[in-house]
Amino acid sequence: MSAKNLKEVSTEYMLFEAKREEQFMTGSEAVREAIRRANVDMAIAYPITPQSESMHLIGDLYAEGYVKEYFRGENEFAVMSQVAGGAMAGVRMFTATCGPGTLRAFENFPMWAGARLPIVIGFMTRAINAPLSIQPDTIEMAMLMDTGMLMLHAENAQELYDMYLMSFSIAERTSVHIPVGIFVDGFFVTHTRQKVKVVTEDVKLKPYDPSMSPTPHIDMETPPFRYMKDPFVMKSNYVSYAAHASWQQECMASIERSRPFLKELLGSFIEQQNPDAPIQIIASGTAVSQSREAIKMAKEEGIEVGLIKVKTIRPFPAEEIRQALSKAEKIIVPEFNRVGWLAKEVASVIPNNDRMVQGPRVFGGMTMPPDVIVKVIKENALFGV
Amino acid sequence: MSLAITKINPAFVDVMPQEYLDLASDGPFAADKSVKDLGTFKELIEEHPLCAGCNLALAFRTLISALPCPEDTVIVGSTGCNSLAFPQLAIHNVHALFGNQNAVASGLKRGLKLRFPDQNKDVVVMAGDGATADIGFDMTMHSWIRGENITTVMFDNEIYANTGGQESGMTPFGTVRNMAPTGKNFQKMNVPEFAKQAGCVYVAKVSTANTAKIGQCFRNAVLAAREIGPTYIQIYTPCPTNLKMKPAESVALAKKRAKEDYAFEEYMSEEVENLLVSSGAIKPKVKKEEGKK
Repeated sequence: MSAKNLKEVSTEYMLFEAKREEQFMTGSEAVREAIRRANVDMAIAYPITPQSESMHLIGDLYAEGYVKEYFRGENEFAVMSQVAGGAMAGVRMFTATCGPGTLRAFENFPMWAGARLPIVIGFMTRAINAPLSIQPDTIEMAMLMDTGMLMLHAENAQELYDMYLMSFSIAERTSVHIPVGIFVDGFFVTHTRQKVKVVTEDVKLKPYDPSMSPTPHIDMETPPFRYMKDPFVMKSNYVSYAAHASWQQECMASIERSRPFLKELLGSFIEQQNPDAPIQIIASGTAVSQSREAIKMAKEEGIEVGLIKVKTIRPFPAEEIRQALSKAEKIIVPEFNRVGWLAKEVASVIPNNDRMVQGPRVFGGMTMPPDVIVKVIKENALFGV
Repeated sequence: MSLAITKINPAFVDVMPQEYLDLASDGPFAADKSVKDLGTFKELIEEHPLCAGCNLALAFRTLISALPCPEDTVIVGSTGCNSLAFPQLAIHNVHALFGNQNAVASGLKRGLKLRFPDQNKDVVVMAGDGATADIGFDMTMHSWIRGENITTVMFDNEIYANTGGQESGMTPFGTVRNMAPTGKNFQKMNVPEFAKQAGCVYVAKVSTANTAKIGQCFRNAVLAAREIGPTYIQIYTPCPTNLKMKPAESVALAKKRAKEDYAFEEYMSEEVENLLVSSGAIKPKVKKEEGKK
């Protein structure tokens, strides 16, 4: 298949109607296959394990003509700045990083949101120093929670593929127009092979339409010509303070305004299994897959356990989670990080959060065998549930 | 050319600020103005808040008036005193973060090339010495090493002026400044030399002692960046506020330094020289032997 003469289709067509074929591929290859069809103008790369393979493969797409511009930047802070520059020029941008790279780049993320840049970025999550580790760990998600970007957490390669394909359309809506981060657990998904149903190669998404941006691009084509992206509001007077405060509120509101679009394309913010069970597990990413196995094992021993899979971290589906947990007596939150960010988020939105069990948590690269979760289920089943 | 954005909708004329009307009717867009025309047209910078006697402001105003194609130029600034002048500028411009100006400009230039493949868009970076040579140094250098088609201007006041007068990499050896309380103990960074080594095809070192020269060099730099590769201009812009001198004395200091250690220097590659000569921007240099004849 050639990059030329691809039919431009809507995101809805791409996700729900286009013909698909099943292929056996790694998570990184699923990223490539999504971006192949995403009509990305420019991608900027910087190596970091376990992200590197994804951006190598995007480089291959550039060589094949599917991406118009591509280069390696000098570090993640620079790359995220270059990506910002491209987005300010009005083209569709893509990049990816993880762990230490995320933190190196950090100052850019709130700037992206504040400048209303619809950048799609992949995070193939990884542990953070010190000590140095390249292993899987989702701690960076805790740190990105309030940067103003949308955060979607994929469980497997299929979901990763579909989330990438829908993310551009959500990021680029006029009423949203903020960055979208697609998170996936590094190695566990990026470096394992799974079956993925991919759309045939003859289609691509419609291009980004710069005229739909809620703020002008930096191109001297869009009025007004007296325009700065983004002006300082640091004069010592109340009007300045109010301008800064209201702009922050507006960016946060744009996250909320993404909900109908997310719901349409993602189907739901959470997915439930066995909703009436007194013990409920709530998880995101690969912790969901491990929980599913643990629930099967517990059932064999006669313990009924429910599962709530959270797909969007920002916007956080607070109301959906509150309802799903309304009858739960014990709530278990398995996580691949030390801080337990999902547990904290859930605890902050439900009543009687003493129902929550802290963990199990693994981190620093550890795997989470289902029996670790089963052990916690049993401990909590013994005490009167 | 994108002059459409300078046209005001007739329905809004009665509510537009006077300076906007003046810019539309008497601005430098597509009018080929230069430094020598200052005072005869409506300038793109309006009521900047920089200090009296600020040489950065003088250089800024000079540069903006010398832009070869303001209607198709975008500017990337950075944090610092100069960033206070940017909101007053009637050209699309960016403030992103402190130090990332050359990285933003790299993405911006490449993005504009994709969107407007048949149209020229000049991308110019203007930032202070701290932004260019200290916090953003890797991004300055790498944008040059990658050969980005952008012009980089450093306002070299040899100090972090906006944060209250701290020593920078561009502060001369031995100078006492905040954060260098016993005097700076390493040399001023030789950024023009770094620029040449990193692949800049046009490099000029100028000062506010000669504003006509600033305008001339800047024009050369923008034309060379458009056609050939990265270009760099370093302008000495003394800061009367932090150097604690009277505003009126600052240009005299620039003139003094221009005679001592901040003399005019210009480098251009052969390709740039050919371009500037053929476009009439500069006169061909008379070779020494020919001159003897």
